[in-house]
Amino acid sequence: MRHILSILIENEAGALSRVTGLFSARGYNIDSLTVQTTEDVTMSRMTIVTHGSDDIIEQITKQLNKLVEVVKVIDLNEADHIERELMLIKVRATGKERDEMKRMADIFRGRIIDVTEKSYTIELTGPGEKLDAFIKALDPAVILETVRTGASGIGRGERILKI
Amino acid sequence: MEISGAEIVTRCLQEEGVEFVFGYPGGAVLEIYDAIHKQDFFKHVLVRHEQAAVHAADAYSRSSNKVGVALLTSGPGATNGITGIATAYMDSIPLIVISGQVGTPMIGSDAFQEVDMVGCSRPIVKHNFLVKDVRDIAATFKKAFHIATTGRPGPVVIDIPKDVTIHKTKFEYPQSVSIRSYNPPVKGHPGQIKKAAQLLADAKRPFVYVGGGAVLGNASAEVTELVKLLNLPCTNTLMGLGALDGTDANFVGMLGMHGTYEANLAMQYCDVLIAIGARFDDRVISVPNQFLSQAKKIVHIDIDPSSIAKRVKVDVPIVGDVKSVVSDLVALLKETGQRPNDKALAAWWDQVNEWRKPNSLLYTQDSEIIKPQFVVQKLWEVTDGQAIVTSDVGQHQMFAAQYYKFRRPRQWINSGGLGTMGFGLPAAMGAQMANPYAQVACITGEASIQMNIQELSTCKQYHIPVKIINLNNRYLGMVRQWQEFFYGNRYSESYMDALPDFVKLAEAYGHIGMKIEKPADVEPALREAFSEKLKDRLVFLDFITDQKANVFPMVQNGKGLNQMDLPEHMRGMQQVPFENNRDYGNLC
Ligand SMILES: Cc1cc2nc3c(=O)[nH]c(=O)nc-3n(C[C@H](O)[C@H](O)[C@H](O)COP(=O)(O)OP(=O)(O)OC[C@H]3O[C@@H](n4cnc5c(N)ncnc54)[C@H](O)[C@@H]3O)c2cc1C
Ligand SMILES: Cc1ncc(C[n+]2csc(CCOP(=O)(O)OP(=O)(O)O)c2C)c(N)n1
Ligand SMILES: [Mg+2]
Repeated sequence: MRHILSILIENEAGALSRVTGLFSARGYNIDSLTVQTTEDVTMSRMTIVTHGSDDIIEQITKQLNKLVEVVKVIDLNEADHIERELMLIKVRATGKERDEMKRMADIFRGRIIDVTEKSYTIELTGPGEKLDAFIKALDPAVILETVRTGASGIGRGERILKI
Repeated sequence: MEISGAEIVTRCLQEEGVEFVFGYPGGAVLEIYDAIHKQDFFKHVLVRHEQAAVHAADAYSRSSNKVGVALLTSGPGATNGITGIATAYMDSIPLIVISGQVGTPMIGSDAFQEVDMVGCSRPIVKHNFLVKDVRDIAATFKKAFHIATTGRPGPVVIDIPKDVTIHKTKFEYPQSVSIRSYNPPVKGHPGQIKKAAQLLADAKRPFVYVGGGAVLGNASAEVTELVKLLNLPCTNTLMGLGALDGTDANFVGMLGMHGTYEANLAMQYCDVLIAIGARFDDRVISVPNQFLSQAKKIVHIDIDPSSIAKRVKVDVPIVGDVKSVVSDLVALLKETGQRPNDKALAAWWDQVNEWRKPNSLLYTQDSEIIKPQFVVQKLWEVTDGQAIVTSDVGQHQMFAAQYYKFRRPRQWINSGGLGTMGFGLPAAMGAQMANPYAQVACITGEASIQMNIQELSTCKQYHIPVKIINLNNRYLGMVRQWQEFFYGNRYSESYMDALPDFVKLAEAYGHIGMKIEKPADVEPALREAFSEKLKDRLVFLDFITDQKANVFPMVQNGKGLNQMDLPEHMRGMQQVPFENNRDYGNLC
């Protein structure tokens, strides 16, 4: 099953490689990984999307907790949570395609953030499936380039990951 | 006053009470070596290969519960240390490894003798540091010693670029250390301990399985008290040997791949298992499904949550330090008077004793060819069971584990998790340094000993009087055994051809060598080697042993603990409870 793990980790050189090294050394999967410092710059927050049986997810969580620099780990799937992902997608937009493309972006609540004579770059956020749906809705031939951040997740309501 | 980074390194080691540093110099650590030259707080031991420095420091830790320290230069020095670090990591040994690094401005430029040591060692350390600022050295050492020795112990690498050892700053060693992301547990949950006591009280066939964690956590006394209080049968893993006295009536021998008949069957057929600082290794329980095919309730005490439910689901996990948890459990049992039903326990002991009867470690010594088991048994007699024994990897290691009945923890020093050939001799050096008055024996094989034979020179320089017990079967015996069992007697590359004359070799290094070829000469040779006269000398005893000896019992890969290959006199014997209709419950 797919799980989203949220990790608070010391913002230190090499900390990221300890996490990714752990996944590869133990044969766990990383579907996506995002990381940035938090409001407290000594700490980073990482979101890792992974999949595996309950036993494996339990081991992953324990192994992550064992890393000296990891402050806290939660499995967001254990309760209500929200996840979002950002995609930037550059599409061919010439002639009558331009209107068509603009309409598509609107339907998906995307924003056009860069315009040239031949292309649009569209910014789109949402759960991963929405981004997938957008890509599917387009003719593959018009897609010039896509870049996605992977999911970021947060617990709903009072569920807070902090030290 | 400002002092150099190199001097700070030596001062940190002094603050930590370090007595010995095992190392080897090179360009990147010359400043540190210069600082070592100017101090006399600790002694430096110059090994002949960096792998040996790390093994020696590791065994220094294992045999004393102090922290071993190794010092390596950058590049090849550091990578030579990798096997040693991995060895310590697999067995959870606290260790500090200091490696030199090229100067900070050069890092990443493929500089001479540059290796990304933090990257290379990352998967095999508890933690590691690259110190980029001289002002961080002291705090880093404080943290490193703290991390290495607390929680589940492990090796910590401190990589120090050369320029950082030259820069100067004021030295102040932190009094205390707190790392917000690192808080290992100590006390076990009282509710869980209650559940464990209840399970024991309800048990008909209780069994105690004690691992390296009881040695690492200095909990031998507590474990022994638990076993004695309830009169429970108890086994030790290879890493736990000595946690319960090997001559104790409650001890049923080691379990696992080469465990005794009684230990393996008790493990398989018990109904309540108390696992203490043991990690259900594949060489212990073989296949989890086979192991769990007889229903049992399991209590698992371990300081590392990731050891729990890793291979086997358990009923009562208790995260905490063995010493604390077991003494809480004992206190509770005493308070409540809970204990297993006497009649059931007596019947269970009858069963265990019946399993003991055929003696799965029986061998026969004829008058012609020396049996390796015989040498170990004689060594035990000659040393009164009191020697510190180190070992390499192979059949000789298993014979040592089976036939030397270890009396106390930290007496048996071997590489269990990684199985590193070449460990034995440097380990003996480290153990002897930590225990200058103890008798130290290294039980090895003619192949393993050659993997770090150069350390005979270190032993000469520092007058390290260890006794080397070479069980010379002219084979990679353990490999040969597998080839005999599983590869149709095709002994591919397992014969050690062109062996050196070990007597001459020992003499060339300035030691005493003896070659022993007849069973009758085994004991006299050992007596001489351990005599008062040779107390200060390293003696290399080259025992020419039976080439065809195999280690029994053996649980083959994929088989259950009740599907052992048994020694000849037990072939075909049933591996079930002898009587199924006892009033202590249905076993199968
Ligand atoms: C040739 C060969 C054959 C082998 N055959 C066998 C065999 O027949 N039988 C056998 O037993 N082994 C055998 N081994 C060794 C095997 O590979 C493992 O190394 C060994 O079984 C592991 O021992 P352990 O379970 O005691 O765990 P260890 O590796 O000693 O681990 C200790 C456990 O205790 C925990 N711990 C540490 N400190 C504390 C503390 N203070 N409080 C609580 N918990 C703590 C740790 O988290 C860890 O889970 C063999 C090895 C070789 C090389
Ligand atoms: C560094 C290393 N290389 C290879 C092995 C695989 N191995 C395990 S036992 C063994 C044979 C050891 O031979 P010897 O030291 O003579 O001991 P014996 O089994 O004959 O007693 C080998 C090659 C190992 N454990 N370690
Ligand atoms: Mg051999």
